[in-house]
Amino acid sequence: MGTVLFELALTFYFAATIISIVDIFKGGKESSRLTIFITGAGFAIHSISIIYRYIAVGHLPITSMHEASSFFAWCIVLIFFFLEYRYKIGIMGSFILPIVFILMLSSSVFPREIRPLTPVLQSYWLPVHTFLAFLGNAAFAVACGIGTMYLLQEHYLKSKHLGDLFKRLPSLQVLDEINYRLITIGFPLLTLAIITGALWAESAWGSYWRWDPKEVWSLITWFIYALVLHVRLTAGWRGKRAAILSIIGFLAILFTFFGVNLLLKSLHAFA
Amino acid sequence: MKILIIGLNHKTANVETRERLAFNGPKLEEGVFGLKKIPEVKEVVVLSTCNRVELYTCVSNTASAIENIKNFLSGFHNIARSDFEKSLYIHTDTDAIKHIFRVSSSLDSMVVGEPQILGQLKDAFDFALSKKTTGVLLNKLMKKAISTAKRVRTETRIAENAVSISFAAVELAKKIFTDLSGKSFMLLGAGEMAELAARHLVNNGVTDVKVANRTYERGCELAKEFNGKAVKFEEFLNELIHTDIVICSTGASTYVLLKDHMQKVMKKRKQKPVFIIDISVPRNIDPEINKIDNVYLYDVDDLQDVVDTNILERKKEAEKAEKIIDEDVEKFTKWMSSLDSVPTIVALRQKAEEIKNEEMEKFRNKFPDLDDEKVKAVEYMATAIINKLIHPPTAALREDTEDRDELIAMIKKLYGINGDENEE
Repeated sequence: MGTVLFELALTFYFAATIISIVDIFKGGKESSRLTIFITGAGFAIHSISIIYRYIAVGHLPITSMHEASSFFAWCIVLIFFFLEYRYKIGIMGSFILPIVFILMLSSSVFPREIRPLTPVLQSYWLPVHTFLAFLGNAAFAVACGIGTMYLLQEHYLKSKHLGDLFKRLPSLQVLDEINYRLITIGFPLLTLAIITGALWAESAWGSYWRWDPKEVWSLITWFIYALVLHVRLTAGWRGKRAAILSIIGFLAILFTFFGVNLLLKSLHAFA
Repeated sequence: MKILIIGLNHKTANVETRERLAFNGPKLEEGVFGLKKIPEVKEVVVLSTCNRVELYTCVSNTASAIENIKNFLSGFHNIARSDFEKSLYIHTDTDAIKHIFRVSSSLDSMVVGEPQILGQLKDAFDFALSKKTTGVLLNKLMKKAISTAKRVRTETRIAENAVSISFAAVELAKKIFTDLSGKSFMLLGAGEMAELAARHLVNNGVTDVKVANRTYERGCELAKEFNGKAVKFEEFLNELIHTDIVICSTGASTYVLLKDHMQKVMKKRKQKPVFIIDISVPRNIDPEINKIDNVYLYDVDDLQDVVDTNILERKKEAEKAEKIIDEDVEKFTKWMSSLDSVPTIVALRQKAEEIKNEEMEKFRNKFPDLDDEKVKAVEYMATAIINKLIHPPTAALREDTEDRDELIAMIKKLYGINGDENEE
């Protein structure tokens, strides 16, 4: 049952992604609305599948690559809907849903069996630490999509190539504002995730910081976004530069998430 | 009753003819009543704008109505028939319906897709309504013309893109800043086109207006017009630090703003975006400035390109609009032809009701002791019988067939209905 729900959510996200990509080249209000509707259906099913898994494993399902990727995708869609509700930018899905779909697809290729939780993970810190980390990362993922939209719109305005997509993309000011907001939301979440992680490490392993690859890369990510905020406030690095930095930041997150787990030996890697 | 439209517009008549035939001010009321007095004219709406004069009428006899209306126009406007007759176009029936739908949807306008015409048509209709010169047919036609125009507006993108340079500038500004309210704006120089663009920006909410002109006095004059302040021309670079939108048209023969000037300005304004429109020819702003981050420079050719593509776009959308109009014209003609059979249907039903009432009266007189409940039951049965009997002919009348006129005549004969008394 849980598998069926997961596959169904994946299918819905796949359909929404395809429509949203077609939407970039040839579309309008109707196809944007359709994208949002299908994503909504996928999100509902996805939520149920996560609850289902929660009941099956007895804790927040984020302790395997399969679960973590799926939960990451879920957080992104959550933020996507929040933004859609607030700003009503139909075309936004075309830049965010592909990220969701790729995460779901990678989730689907990882093994799905339920393994018993190692004693060290059996803690109240598990849901708190991971939820903060994932929500923060999801905000950065959406910021990356918005940053891409900004770069595209900026390119259109500079090159004076004012086609159909130019008309459907929102103004630079709105995109920059959303990007900034997402980073100001994501940054404190990431900070809290690192702090709660340190506290948990202290109680589980006896030390706050062990230079584990995941910790190192999280710190790198943290510095990138700290830099984004810092140069914005001091030197006025807004717009294009902020957009590029938010894309670089997200690449670092992806490496923290996939690279560290798969390539490097880490205490955070799912055994 | 037939729909008849007589009119002239910017395509068929020159300004002078249009002016002479215009119904403006008090002439509108006189004209509407004058037209209504023509015996053949049963309903009338007059639309008079600077680009067109159109008379929407319902007439009993087309040929004589056309003659009388032409004579009326000649007399009313004091103009010889030969002076305006060849500029007139005349539409009847389906043609007329299509014409008014195209007018309301702004497909017949000088600038296709411009939105004013719909408002003007609404006003013309409201005026006729208030003077009670319309009836069932024109009321329905006008309402349908308005709803078709709205359909065209929402289902196509005919009115979406700017087709003038100053509107294009406003549209671009909105893609950089979203909301123009609270944005600061500087007019550099004081060309006529710059003034027009400035006015559009102010209408769109730009509040903080500055004018920097070589002759300070002229700058002051303009600044007053926009409720802004005048700035000495030599100081415009300093002002640029606090300006979001610039329109430049100085008439200088060299660049007045260079790349390194602008780079310094951008640093001082912490990279806040600037939109610069250079409509001077030769250009007054170094085109290299467009390469600086967060600076968007458009010259007059760039804006013209935007306008040209938008005009092309509108033409494509106009084709979609024509299809919508054809659909709605068909619906309307159907409704109109169903109108023909309505009086007959009403008469048929009346006749049946009469027969029923008569027979019920006789029945009551024959059986005066019968209690109410039983009388009601009989009446119920009688109603059911007449309903069943008149249902097939009514259904046939409602149907949209070619030989309906014959059918109407036949039914009148068969049921002994004297049709004419029911008309009008």
